[in-house]
Amino acid sequence: MAAYRPPHIPSSEITPLSAWLNRRQFIAAAGLAAGGLVATKALGAPLTTKPGAYKVDEKTTPREDVTTYNNFYEFGLDKGDPAKLSGDFKPRPWTIKVDGMVAKPATFDIDTLIAEFPLEERIYRMRCVEAWSMVIPWDGFPLAALLDKVEPLGSAKYVAFETIVRPSEMPGQSGLFQSLNWPYVEGLRLDEARHPLTLLAVGLYGETLPNQNGAPIRLVVPWKYGFKGIKSIVRITLTDQQPKNTWQITNPGEYGFYANVNPEVDHPRWSQATERRIGEGGFFSAGARRPTLPFNGYADEVASLYSGMDLRANF
Amino acid sequence: MATATLIFSKRWTSVSVWLVYAVGLVPAAWSFYLGATGGLGADPVKSFELLLGLWTLRFLILTLAVSPLRELGGWSFLRYRRALGLLTFYYAAMHFTVYAVLDQTLMLDAIIADVLKRPFIMFGMAGLVLLVPLAVTSNAASIRTLGPNWIKLHRLVYIIAALGAVHFALSTKVLSLEQYIYIGLILLLILYRAVRPILRERKRKLNRPRRA
Repeated sequence: MAAYRPPHIPSSEITPLSAWLNRRQFIAAAGLAAGGLVATKALGAPLTTKPGAYKVDEKTTPREDVTTYNNFYEFGLDKGDPAKLSGDFKPRPWTIKVDGMVAKPATFDIDTLIAEFPLEERIYRMRCVEAWSMVIPWDGFPLAALLDKVEPLGSAKYVAFETIVRPSEMPGQSGLFQSLNWPYVEGLRLDEARHPLTLLAVGLYGETLPNQNGAPIRLVVPWKYGFKGIKSIVRITLTDQQPKNTWQITNPGEYGFYANVNPEVDHPRWSQATERRIGEGGFFSAGARRPTLPFNGYADEVASLYSGMDLRANF
Repeated sequence: MATATLIFSKRWTSVSVWLVYAVGLVPAAWSFYLGATGGLGADPVKSFELLLGLWTLRFLILTLAVSPLRELGGWSFLRYRRALGLLTFYYAAMHFTVYAVLDQTLMLDAIIADVLKRPFIMFGMAGLVLLVPLAVTSNAASIRTLGPNWIKLHRLVYIIAALGAVHFALSTKVLSLEQYIYIGLILLLILYRAVRPILRERKRKLNRPRRA
């Protein structure tokens, strides 16, 4: 019996991602204009992605919860704010500048990156410093792949990241009341940044990132607390100085540079020993509270990065 | 005719007080229903816990606002104050119950560690414990038995308010505008209570020459 062969699709018939997105935007705008409808569902474009090397064998958190329960203070402090207030944010066109201690500094267009790097699906645990967690299927490529392109110098020891500042589209960045200093900044040690688990995500659940999840590109470091996963990145700088990160600047007694998930080291105001898994249903679902694992369950992969370090002092 | 009006207004008063209880418990009942049926978002336990805490502060603020509203604005809600105070206690008790049962899933060692180790939980817990004697003595018989001591005892509510404000402030990573408003209102009400004797004294002095 002859195997089924899918009909050949000429590349001319494949809609480029940017055109697809524009069309989506147009349709959304038309819908808004016609019905006075408030868009509640984020519109994502499908991504070509293949299963990656890392996959947590746990139930993934429903997309609805992943996209409506977010800490993204650029859009507001309430967990629902990012989904509700990010409709005006424009993740295209978008470029990321990679500079500092590199041989080949460059500015990359987001769609070029998506076209150039093969995207992998990585199903990671996400543990927030607020003691809740999710399991999210990200789509992205290792940060190391991008770093290789710019060729870090031998003197580079750290990687600094910066989020966009766009008060006209990010309500949390405008007005009298500002929760944090902008831009949001983060940092990693170079070996952490080059670790194969460290991902630049451009999508989740097989579609481009919704605005509220850090469109168009964000960092995912699954063994660290969620706040290390800086969103809507516009700049990556290689440096020999340990970069400041926003939460450490805001409250150095409570948040450190490393922020590795650690059930042994409590937040000064709450325990980190256990976590509540989001999306387990109503009040009485069993298993919603579970023990937190050292390095969020990635100890086998990353514990060696910190051998000999006092993780209580370097929290 | 006059007696009929009096009887009617008395009856209306007691009905309206029961209405305050009934309406006051609606937010808890409604969100419990939503939470139990999956209508309270991605993290229903946290949402319910937060909602009960917020309503505790709201009823606390309303309870404390009764005196200043009467003295400064001439509106008297004195007959509702006991209901508002008790609603504060009921919501604080529900808030703690949800924390212990639904959030911490009755892990007693975790709860005890929280209460002993963490100022954030300690302040809230102290507020709840101090509310108990006030709730227990909020009846006519206790007022009669305790006499002037009843008033002294119930001044604890200002300490409870301060504990509640600190507990709320410590509950988040950064203070939101909403938190500033609640904490500001509580501070204002405590401040008003502190300067009230001075205001009264001044008022008396101002009135005296006119009378003479």
